[in-house]
Amino acid sequence: MRRVVVTGLGMVTPLACGVEETWSQILDSKSGANKVEGFETDDLACRIAAQIPLGDGSNGTFNADQWMEPKEQRKVDPFIVYAMSAATQALNDAGWKPTTYEDQCASGVLIGSGIGGIGGIYDASLTLIERGPRRISPFFIPGRLINLASGYVSIEHGLKGPNHSVVTACSTGSHAIGDAARLIALGDADVMVAGGTESPINRLSLAGFAACRALSTNFNDDPTRGSRPYDKDRDGFVMGEGAGVVVLEEYEHAKARGAKIYAEVIGYGLSGDAYHITSPSEDGDGAYRCMAAAIKRAGISASEIDYINAHGTSTPLGDELELKAVERIVGNAAGKLSMSSTKSAIGHLLGAAGAVEAIFSILAMRDGIVPPTLNLDNPSVETAIDLVPHKAKRKEVNVALSNSFGFGGTNASLVFRRVS
Amino acid sequence: MSDVADRVKKIVVEHLGVDAEKVVDNANFIDDLGADSLDTVELVMAFEEEFNVEIPDDAAETIVTVGDAVKFLEKNAA
Repeated sequence: MRRVVVTGLGMVTPLACGVEETWSQILDSKSGANKVEGFETDDLACRIAAQIPLGDGSNGTFNADQWMEPKEQRKVDPFIVYAMSAATQALNDAGWKPTTYEDQCASGVLIGSGIGGIGGIYDASLTLIERGPRRISPFFIPGRLINLASGYVSIEHGLKGPNHSVVTACSTGSHAIGDAARLIALGDADVMVAGGTESPINRLSLAGFAACRALSTNFNDDPTRGSRPYDKDRDGFVMGEGAGVVVLEEYEHAKARGAKIYAEVIGYGLSGDAYHITSPSEDGDGAYRCMAAAIKRAGISASEIDYINAHGTSTPLGDELELKAVERIVGNAAGKLSMSSTKSAIGHLLGAAGAVEAIFSILAMRDGIVPPTLNLDNPSVETAIDLVPHKAKRKEVNVALSNSFGFGGTNASLVFRRVS
Repeated sequence: MSDVADRVKKIVVEHLGVDAEKVVDNANFIDDLGADSLDTVELVMAFEEEFNVEIPDDAAETIVTVGDAVKFLEKNAA
């Protein structure tokens, strides 16, 4: 199979619009969580979330008008606008602007989302009930469909290769990058724009995830302390929003055009729990098997992994099961492994999480620094693994693994290696 | 310019994101103002909303320019 490398990065997160703008705040132990703004929350169990900082586009704020014309924005849910921003950033970073028909046909898009246009579906439902079917916009369907993120990005940038999408809940972003890398490895494309995007912060989603008992509810008055993976006081995740997109490229293709190469995608593993719709399997078996598959594909031994960006959502059950699965995978090498959850800073971006966290893993390799797990005051279990509490840490990272696990028992792991 | 024409042009400018000076009577929504078939459906909905009138599909098909819309609404709007 052909080698696949990462040549461009883009993101919109609750800390900032932009990769470097977000990363510098991650390393400064900043949190993007706050009290929810924009709609009524008094009757909700969870009233905190990590929302994107809106503004004129300066100082890392997100200005949608910079990424999509206002008349187009009106037609779509924000997850598509976030994807447009992250994809354009990543393509600019990669310096890839295909203009010939051949180059366009060799460049594809694979961007997924966990729940897509749930906010717009909610609004249109109200319109249907209150004012009838004639008031439903012709843009209602195309502006809510999850694969329309890939569609809009392909139209904007003239990418005529594979146009695909992924919907695997909180594993979406990782599956998108892994599947896109496979398409390149197998020769279906030379370049893929891949990642995840999500705009889930509305009353309906907060009510739904709270009903699943997945959200933090004990920190409504202290939002930045709500997301606390591995800490004994953790009580659920803090919802986030945003997008992460990478440009993946066949190695020789990248080399030939002198592209900057961030990392190589050396491993990708997938597994299913076959256990429960929302709970992870009790022995962490699904997590273990998808990491094992990714490590086998990478052709490395688990002891070579320097850093893991954990799924670590801050739910009582999930964090410890993942930790156990990681301990089982790395065995005696646990003492040299660092593993952190950046969800402690930006919350859980659901379908975008895996993509944003893959980028953090790549930046950890680039900069030789591992990002912190915020709020880890008292770990609920003892482990030899360094969970990087509170502060980022200098560390040479040559191999990094990123985990994502989703509702439905769907798991994905990605392994990246530094390219010297 | 009639009140109806003003209101029609305002809607067209907002929905199609075009400059007001391009929204002249003989401007064709698709050929001159960059609308696609879905845009025209939404435009008709916006006219219905603004003028509190129902525009049946066969009538909507005859509204292809700004002037067509103004004429129809001047005749049919309450």
